[in-house]
Amino acid sequence: MRIPPRFTQHGAIALLGGGTLVTVIILVFIVVFVLEKGLPVLSLSFLFSNPEEMGRAGGIFPTLIGTIVLPLLAILIATPLGLGTSVYLTEYTRESRITKVIRFGTDCLAGIPSIIFGLFGFIFFVTTLGMGWSILSGGLTLAFMILPTIIRTSEEAIKAVPKSYRDVSFSLGATRWQTVRRVILPNALPGILTGVMLGIGRSIGETAAVIFTAGSSLRLPSSIFDSTRTMAVHFYILAREGISSENAYGTAAALIIAVLLVNLTAYWLMHWFISRRS
Amino acid sequence: MKLLGEKGVQKILLVTAFSAISALLLIALFIIKEGLPFLITYGLGDFLLSSDWQPQSGKFGILPMVAASLWVTLGAMIVGAPLGVAGAIFLSEFAPRPVMRVIKPTIELLAAIPSVVYGFIGVMVLAPLIRSSLGGPGLSLLAASIILGIMILPTIISISIDSILAVPQSYREGSLALGATVWQTIHMVTIRAARSGIIASIILGMGRAIGETMAVIMVAGNAVKIPRSALDSVRSLTANIALEMSYATGLHREALFATGVILFVVIITLNSIAILAIRKRVGKR
Amino acid sequence: MNAKTILLPLLVLSILLNGGCGKGKTPITLAGSTAFQPFAEKLAEQYMSTHNNVAITVQGGGSAVGVQSTISGAAQIGMADLVVLPEDAKALTATVVARDGIAVVVNPANRITDLTTQQVRDIFNGKIRNWREVGATDAPITVVSREAGSGTRSSFEQIVTDITLTKDALIQDSNGTIRETVANDANAVGYLSHGLLNAKIKAARIDGQECTNETIAAGKYTLVRPIYLLVKGTPQGEIKNFIDYILSDPGQQTIKANGLIPAK
Repeated sequence: MRIPPRFTQHGAIALLGGGTLVTVIILVFIVVFVLEKGLPVLSLSFLFSNPEEMGRAGGIFPTLIGTIVLPLLAILIATPLGLGTSVYLTEYTRESRITKVIRFGTDCLAGIPSIIFGLFGFIFFVTTLGMGWSILSGGLTLAFMILPTIIRTSEEAIKAVPKSYRDVSFSLGATRWQTVRRVILPNALPGILTGVMLGIGRSIGETAAVIFTAGSSLRLPSSIFDSTRTMAVHFYILAREGISSENAYGTAAALIIAVLLVNLTAYWLMHWFISRRS
Repeated sequence: MKLLGEKGVQKILLVTAFSAISALLLIALFIIKEGLPFLITYGLGDFLLSSDWQPQSGKFGILPMVAASLWVTLGAMIVGAPLGVAGAIFLSEFAPRPVMRVIKPTIELLAAIPSVVYGFIGVMVLAPLIRSSLGGPGLSLLAASIILGIMILPTIISISIDSILAVPQSYREGSLALGATVWQTIHMVTIRAARSGIIASIILGMGRAIGETMAVIMVAGNAVKIPRSALDSVRSLTANIALEMSYATGLHREALFATGVILFVVIITLNSIAILAIRKRVGKR
Repeated sequence: MNAKTILLPLLVLSILLNGGCGKGKTPITLAGSTAFQPFAEKLAEQYMSTHNNVAITVQGGGSAVGVQSTISGAAQIGMADLVVLPEDAKALTATVVARDGIAVVVNPANRITDLTTQQVRDIFNGKIRNWREVGATDAPITVVSREAGSGTRSSFEQIVTDITLTKDALIQDSNGTIRETVANDANAVGYLSHGLLNAKIKAARIDGQECTNETIAAGKYTLVRPIYLLVKGTPQGEIKNFIDYILSDPGQQTIKANGLIPAK
């Protein structure tokens, strides 16, 4: 007996809707679970006071600094390099075999697991170059990790700028660099910023690569040669070693909020720029 | 900037691009340089097919880890793909547009949650659940598959929704005009048209699952054995690298780099397939 | 890309860099044994409160990391809790700063209170697979162990002898994590530094002996190993000062007060 299409449709909607509901419930549950246990602990004093007894009590201020400084260093290194590369590839060279290979290479490197970057960073920066566990080692490693993403997203953003813009600019007598600086980059800015924000978001949540390069010192770093602990690493250690359940959740809550804020800012910036331009 | 002139700027950009690309090349070459000699001297076959991982005695068989990574990724796909694609279809074809416009970014935001948080919830909620209802240590292949499946959901949903929305409305209208129901249109026309994008999203999700380290270390148990059931504890290739890299020296260290090379190759292959699939879809239009 | 967007990050960077020059603090990094790590951190805190010309950082990673990082220079002092130091450590200066017992731990809900050395050996070898074989409830045993580079693990296997860890054993990467795993699983058994014992887990008596400071000092509890601080070459300057502090009365007092056994 053939089931009438109407019924299969109802069945399909029920099944698909059910699946969607399960997905949403799971994802919401995760966030709620952490925030419910962590928000009560999260307070300004928690964020800004120093940890006591290796995190058993007190706050997470040094990790807050670590979480800000490490991605910041990574972005400071990766953005100029990445942007320069994508500008050069799209505006100053012709589409050729080499550019295709480079593009393929960066796409691949964007998918490499973070632990491999951690392995590289540990052997190359920490040990061979003798930088030790430090913000410098961690920042360089993270920079390499997010570089492919920045190159890729800024290239997409630059390519999305209509050809007509360039033509008009050139016909008005502008040089290539003037065109890039005054026409292309401002128009590609939303996409570029999105890539930067994604890089920051990824760096904030990164644990594997960071723990092996920046170390896990709880002391307030005083230079980029000092080791530091980010909130993600701190959460990992507190939770795994059972040092303090409340503080672990508090750190996790701070972490989730930080990451959500960064991504929300990315969306908001992107939409603001797009609406301003059009 | 004016002082530099056009040529100057061009040179600076060239140097920048060159440095960036060299840096990335450096990483790739470094890992290959450290890992390839090992593969050649030890033998790829012995490396991949032996279950004997005893670094102290010079035995480096990573079969248990390869099996673990494969099974965990497969499990993640079994958990993530159906839920993800179902969600994508529902949100793009059945849900009201405003609802989709709210839920899709929300799900994408959830993709940004650090993996250690997922891992922790796995340890505190999922593993005890598995232990009490199904037995075994709880920290298992099953736990890792479920957690990873959840972690790749946002990737699959997001890219699949984009693929489905990219299918021209004319396809749908043509099908409906011929008398098909909405559901018939969806599964016979729309999804078929969006197929390569959906598959690409699943492949990208798989790539993320294979590369995941922290969550797997926390919930999979890290035992060095080939799993005989989903309740067994396993150690993925990434977990193996993370657990041993800080103290491995000599041949042991090279073996870990060789593991990195294997992961490299697998992920590059997966990503290439995904990229080709996406390009094919764009090309067809 | 005007001047401001370049200058601002450079300014931030130089502020970060300036911290390193001219502060005058000697940095000392300790790395290695996760068993000694909490104690090293406490000692560092105390030492730095009276000597603010040093900046001491403590990393973990396990005893093998302690040896390797001291050799490579990533750390100035390596912490290793090994019964026998490995070949490459022979070139380093080793100072015993404490002694530590290894407790075999089970979940508090486990009825087991005593184990013989042979039973421990068989459990970790995978010969005994069910708790009822040693007199507790009928439940499969979940063996939890450390990674191969752990000093606690090497010492444990060397003292108990004849252990080839069962392939089914769960592996965790620090003493604290083993404690948490055993605390969360009623069927788990593991081993960790007796300085890290707490109410979440229960230490079994081995051959009738409890794992306490007294039995260890009296030599009755045999799962004991020394904790070494390793330095490349002869300890000098601030490194020597810190090690001397640890060996001095206040240092050894702290070690004793927090659950470890002093060196003497």
